[in-house]
Amino acid sequence: MTRLLSLLGGIAGFYRGNTAGIVGSTLVALILAMCLAAPALTGYDPDKRVARGHQPPSAEHVMGTTRAGKDIWSQALYGGRVSLMVAFAAATVTSIIALAVGVSSGYFGGRTDEIMMAVTNVMLVFPQLPLLIILAAFLGNVGPFIIALILGLTSWPWGARVMRSQTLAIRKKEFITAAEIMGEAKWRIIVIEIMPNLISLAAGMFVGTALYAIGAQAGLEFLGLGDPTVTSWGTMLYWAQSSAAFFVGAWWDFIVPGTFIALVGGGLALINISIDQISNPKLKTGSYLRTWRKLNAEVEAKRQEA
Amino acid sequence: MSDIAEITVEDMVIDFPVGGGLFRKQYLRAANGVSLTLRAGEALAIVGESGSGKSTCARAIARINMPTSGTIRVDGAEITDPGFRQSQRDYAAKVQMIFQDPFGSLNPVHTIRHHLARPIRIHAPKLSSTEVDERIIATLERVGLSPAAQTADKFPYELSGGQRQRVAIARALAVGARFILADEPISMLDVSIRLGILNLMDDMKRDGIGFMYITHDIATARYFAERTAVMYVGHMVEWGESDSVTQSPRHPYTQLLISAVPEAGIRKTRERKAKKAEIPMRTPESRGCPFAGRCLKVMDRCHADMPPITQLQEDHYVRCHLY
Repeated sequence: MTRLLSLLGGIAGFYRGNTAGIVGSTLVALILAMCLAAPALTGYDPDKRVARGHQPPSAEHVMGTTRAGKDIWSQALYGGRVSLMVAFAAATVTSIIALAVGVSSGYFGGRTDEIMMAVTNVMLVFPQLPLLIILAAFLGNVGPFIIALILGLTSWPWGARVMRSQTLAIRKKEFITAAEIMGEAKWRIIVIEIMPNLISLAAGMFVGTALYAIGAQAGLEFLGLGDPTVTSWGTMLYWAQSSAAFFVGAWWDFIVPGTFIALVGGGLALINISIDQISNPKLKTGSYLRTWRKLNAEVEAKRQEA
Repeated sequence: MSDIAEITVEDMVIDFPVGGGLFRKQYLRAANGVSLTLRAGEALAIVGESGSGKSTCARAIARINMPTSGTIRVDGAEITDPGFRQSQRDYAAKVQMIFQDPFGSLNPVHTIRHHLARPIRIHAPKLSSTEVDERIIATLERVGLSPAAQTADKFPYELSGGQRQRVAIARALAVGARFILADEPISMLDVSIRLGILNLMDDMKRDGIGFMYITHDIATARYFAERTAVMYVGHMVEWGESDSVTQSPRHPYTQLLISAVPEAGIRKTRERKAKKAEIPMRTPESRGCPFAGRCLKVMDRCHADMPPITQLQEDHYVRCHLY
């Protein structure tokens, strides 16, 4: 009970005076809710031809139709489910691998650390986008699940290094030594004593990876490396491009998925910035400056009275 | 749990690798020829300045560092022997450590209850939750943290430095330790609450717990410990009964330490007790007395040989060429 309360208190504390965090979370939550509530918000099947091709936005089709006559508003909502699922799945895979590799490397040290960091560094120096393109091309037209896996398996090294350095710092703390002397099991020291201290960093890593995955997935699918029959924001852009939407003046065809990507990306970036301020107090200025200004104004007012 | 009566350290040497090249490693000698005995219900104070190897010795006894050579015996069983198979868990039931920094020794994300529940659950796995809870409350009350029930649900940041140190002591008690290695337990606390912690440890000592009390403050060593050992750069230079060592110090370094204790109301122009010099770095190749560089009574042979042990009284020993 106290744990739950302190957790809720922590969440409330995170959002207090944190405009970037509030705006970002609202944005992401809103789009997520819209995608989940897609059947309630649109009556059209995203994969069926429901009108003539390239109709501009109208009362019937609020955001127009594609070249193939599919409803774009419906496609954006149903496609958003796929895009967001890929982003969060990739972020989950990345976070798990980065935490496991980083923390065990930092805690065990020695030979384990050397081998794990050698692998990490090799992964780190691969140029990511070309690697993704080659992998995706090699595997053929890959579905969203494979894309999530590829993104997750290639983007953990950076996070692993961050986790390792933080673990090294925590491992030197005396409460870890105390737990060791006490005879605590190694896995308990890692999971119960070290990991909770990494939560804010892990959250930042998760959001950062989700942000990257949204962009990378759209990029891969735009290049035609994804499965074009599955509707997502990336494949919407791919179809818009291949049906020459830009040349025929069908701006709604690419503006809509582009805007969704930009809004989710922007929201995640705002959340990331606000988490950074928690995990790196040196960046924290906003609320303090405001408090200072308020106090300053009060002092000035008193001075005026006197 | 078998009670143990004493821990004996004999001729312990601890070397640390400090960089060096690919083929030749360089070592720092953190402890050299340290021999001491800890007894149940008694306190041994280890006095010395920063870097004198006090903490290193304690960490070796707690089995965090392995000594390079020498033996550590617990009731006759040699824990440094590679054949010694007793797990950390059983050993932990006997020897615990308290640290200097009360802010680093408790995990900021866990409650006080967690800090005490873990040792109890590890060492008495058969207890039910309510029994564990009762023990937590009893232990907290034992170290003077009442109301215990409220304290148990607090997080470390809600406690003061002195209260945190009491929690650290409670954690050692919860394990059921017979010996506590206290590594400068009061040096980071306010002067006003130091005495409270010392008195708490004194009570525990009366209950039969043995202490190794590491400090740089020779005045509290005399207050708390029956026996005192003075260390300088990894060497024990003078040791014996606390009163004897602090009242009639014989080694020039002990005399320097005593003269450094400020006395109220007296602003004496002190005579110079030591030369200004850097504290030397000791390597396995170093020869002679480690204090030779700063000693005012230095002789030629001080630079060449390590002085032998001289017995001054029944329980008062010194390592100096003067005696």
